Amino acid sequence: MHSDAASVKKSIRTYLTVGAALFVFTGITVAVNQIHLAVPMAITVALIIATMKGSMVASIFMHLNHEKKWIYGALLLTVIGFALVILLPLFTIGNEIGTPIEAGHAAVEHAGR
Amino acid sequence: MNIPYIVEERPDSGLTNGKLGTWLFLASEVMLFGALFSTYIILRVGSVEWPHGELNVWLGMANTFILIGSSVTMVMAWASLKLNDFGKHRLYLISTFVLSGLFLVNKYFEYADHLGRGEGPWHSTFLAIYFTLTGLHGLHIIGGMVVMAYFIGPGAKMWKANPEQFTNRIENTGLYWHFVDLVWIFLFPVLYLL
Repeated sequence: MHSDAASVKKSIRTYLTVGAALFVFTGITVAVNQIHLAVPMAITVALIIATMKGSMVASIFMHLNHEKKWIYGALLLTVIGFALVILLPLFTIGNEIGTPIEAGHAAVEHAGR
Repeated sequence: MNIPYIVEERPDSGLTNGKLGTWLFLASEVMLFGALFSTYIILRVGSVEWPHGELNVWLGMANTFILIGSSVTMVMAWASLKLNDFGKHRLYLISTFVLSGLFLVNKYFEYADHLGRGEGPWHSTFLAIYFTLTGLHGLHIIGGMVVMAYFIGPGAKMWKANPEQFTNRIENTGLYWHFVDLVWIFLFPVLYLL
């Protein structure tokens, strides 16, 4: 964490630059959306830009680019938990992806009979 | 009884208790929103069709600009305290508060438009997850505004009595606020654009 006045003054320029970059990336996200890309490509592009913006907020505004190891440790556990929360439910429906929920359930019930 | 390590850093972790507590709270928040994003993915991949163009992209984009702007003013509010400039800090914190209010006003118009057409959360799977995610995010905005109002009002007295503790409190408020911004950065493309 920055503590002395000189380094805080230096950081202010970075905050303003990152803020401007976030505005630009938001504009790019919307502009790309107006092109009407195919859905998989649109999802990929939008999530890549969102991840870049999120990383900028976390590393610069939340000072994660130079934090204490306890914070990194807590965040590592969080990332693992987050990945599990996202991926575990997907594994349970892995063979039904692309199939409407109702149709998927009906197929499972039919197979069970 | 005084709470230890609210100004000076703990020798073992190198952190104040408030900052470590804030990060642990944010970790739990990641799991909360993670569970809802996971729900969104499952509903989305299992749907026959997913509506496009139901939401006003320009209003969503305006709200993204507003929240990013509020994150900049929030970090500037903290930086001003580090530079011992309470006047500027106050200006930036009030700006953050006003911007967050503006975000909620925009959200009110969006909600009113949907509800006016009878399109509440019961209307479709998409609107159910939309209202759940944005409603929970909106509650976080309100929570942040309550904390900011406290530091603009009665909580500001601490600057004279204990400036370092006050600066730490603003830093922790900022961490929370940037997280709220970060969540919206993902909500905007997921709900408005995809």
